[in-house]
Amino acid sequence: MTEPAAVRDAAGQVTMTYREALRTTLGEELRRDPNVFLIGEEIGLFEGSYKITQGLLKEFGPRRVRDTPIAEEGFTGAAVGAAMLGLRPVVELMTINFSLLALDQIVNHAAKIYGMFGGQVSVPMVIRTPGGGGQQLGATHSQNVELYYAFVPGLKVVAPATPAAARGLLLAAIRDDDPVLFLENLSLYNSKGEVDLAALPMEIGRAQVVRPGRHLTVIAYSRMVTVALEAARHLAASEGADLEVVDLRSLRPLDRDTFVDSVRRTHAAVVLEDDWLTYGVGAEIAATIGEGAFDYLDAPVRRVAMAEVPMPYSKPLETAALPQMADVVRAIRETLDATGFSYSRSVSHD
Amino acid sequence: MARSATVTARDTKSIATTRARTRPATRPSRAAAKIGPGATPDAAVDAASATANSQRLIEFYRLMLLIRRFEERAGRSYTSALIGGYLHLNLGEEAFIAGTAGGMEPTDYLFTNYREHGFALARGASPGRVMAELYGRTDGLSKGWGGSMHMFDLNHRLMGGYGIVGGQLPLATGAALAIAYRGGHEAVVATMGDGTTNIGAFHESLNLAALWDLPVVFVVDNNELGMGTSVERSSAQPDLHKRAASYKMESARVDGLDPLAVFEATRHALGRARAGHPFLLEAMTVRLKGHSVVDPASYRSKGESAKARSRDPLARVSRRLLELGAANEEQLTAWESQADDAAAAADKFARASPLPPVDSLFDHTYATPVANQSRRLPGDPLFPVPPRPLRTLPVGSLPTAGTASAVVP
Repeated sequence: MTEPAAVRDAAGQVTMTYREALRTTLGEELRRDPNVFLIGEEIGLFEGSYKITQGLLKEFGPRRVRDTPIAEEGFTGAAVGAAMLGLRPVVELMTINFSLLALDQIVNHAAKIYGMFGGQVSVPMVIRTPGGGGQQLGATHSQNVELYYAFVPGLKVVAPATPAAARGLLLAAIRDDDPVLFLENLSLYNSKGEVDLAALPMEIGRAQVVRPGRHLTVIAYSRMVTVALEAARHLAASEGADLEVVDLRSLRPLDRDTFVDSVRRTHAAVVLEDDWLTYGVGAEIAATIGEGAFDYLDAPVRRVAMAEVPMPYSKPLETAALPQMADVVRAIRETLDATGFSYSRSVSHD
Repeated sequence: MARSATVTARDTKSIATTRARTRPATRPSRAAAKIGPGATPDAAVDAASATANSQRLIEFYRLMLLIRRFEERAGRSYTSALIGGYLHLNLGEEAFIAGTAGGMEPTDYLFTNYREHGFALARGASPGRVMAELYGRTDGLSKGWGGSMHMFDLNHRLMGGYGIVGGQLPLATGAALAIAYRGGHEAVVATMGDGTTNIGAFHESLNLAALWDLPVVFVVDNNELGMGTSVERSSAQPDLHKRAASYKMESARVDGLDPLAVFEATRHALGRARAGHPFLLEAMTVRLKGHSVVDPASYRSKGESAKARSRDPLARVSRRLLELGAANEEQLTAWESQADDAAAAADKFARASPLPPVDSLFDHTYATPVANQSRRLPGDPLFPVPPRPLRTLPVGSLPTAGTASAVVP
């Protein structure tokens, strides 16, 4: 996979893909800190299953870019152990589906070691892994199980939606002294955006209003932020609805204030998620809004999530199971309807 | 007598793995006992070595006594409900622990499982702090956060007892990776029970260690029972050290009731590990009581229990000390009462140590402070609650802008 060289504009911003943002940031951190090393399956000689680590073995050698056997529990746990001795491993798990093989090491060990031993040793490590869906990979390769990790105190879970956030949050994650699960997404790797290469790390635990609006708040993370922004553009043009979009960016800790403040202003909310509906991330968001903005709501909070089936292979079934733009637009429209939203009035902005 | 202190492997051929054949294992050389250059008469070497071994055996025995008395006292406190959770004791494994810890350098790292009070003591942790951990006190080895199964002492490079079977093995492998990454001379010892050799983490760890030539020794404490399931009922290859063959790893089996044998075997294995040859050592031990304090071990026949008791390593070592003339009955009695006193002092220290204050509950979730970390106690609201229900407020005091819909008359 080759990509056009990054283009730097007059303001020092560089247009690059999400993939390039990850790759350049990894290279930068490897150069900056000799304790940082990469470990995972096919990250070296093969240059990464999704080419995130392309060229890094060549530049940094096998000590810093360590290929592993197919043994997620073993090498993820080894990264935890190395982190306990002060190294800063960045693990690549080929997809989040395979992280389940390492669940014990992530949940019972990485997340626990700092607290369980009374704060004597920390685990400064990053686990990079993409979620996905929509690529006809079937039931075992199309899951989005970030919730399993977002559930666990001791872990931090971030989910960048843009190349700039990919860079900002990866810098933060690598320099953080706690284990950070860094959620990527297969369908974001080729997405492009402006990146400021001089920007400081982004703060973990902070959500961001990425589009201000007045009529309804759409709350999303990772890939669904791009869907939310597209839906907002579409509804602004077609209905005159002015949607606010909140990018959670961090699933743990969860920045409840940012989206609750937003809902208190807009009086309506729709949550978008690529995971399953029941008990999903959206359930936590909706419960938070219920508690923090109950009196402000003009309509029930809606969630748009994956259909609750093992993901089918066949294309029409897979498409039906995944949240599509039309599903998102419908949920937003119905919520606006429930608020008594006057489309014509809004078009004229009063 | 020195000869009896070498590895009394039941299966000495076990060292002969493929790697060992191509690169013969170096034994701890008798020449190491020589003082100054030139030949020393063999008899003198043997005598010096015998004295050294007697001295070491005394040290090991006294440590074993401390572990025994400590564990017995902990067991009593547990049955008196002064200690919570589970309590897995090292009764019967004292020789194994003394030899393993004794064979390590202070700079080596130890990862172990949930049956680890003895290892904490053997690494040099203060008995009071180990007991305080059992009591859940602030002076506990893990500040009261870990309990019996999760002792940690960075000062003595005790890198944790771990409650999940096999969980410590990938961690130990990673610690060895960090040492290799930095080019250090330290090594890692990872101990486990016999049941652990059936879990995936064991095999993944051994493979990685061998593949990457890591300085780690995996030590199986084979007391022949994983909870109530015997090795024969759980392991297709019950000669557990032989499992190393799958990874072209050197291995050996040693008498875990003989602290000097374990010491020598550990030293040897660590020497190999430091040279980039990870090692699997299997020590044959005995579990004198149940899996944990509350387990009456009804799955064992009376005969099996009696046999276990007859293999008590303390009785063996005390007998040996008398045979060697390294100690007399008076000394043995004195050491016993010193161990009793140490355990009693540990108990006193633990009881006097304060319980952790509730406001420290959120101190150890994250090492790097982070925005929006939850610090809510059960029942706490997510957002500040109005001081009184709105419906009881007089009409004139109702909040206005933005919250109009909140009004419930």
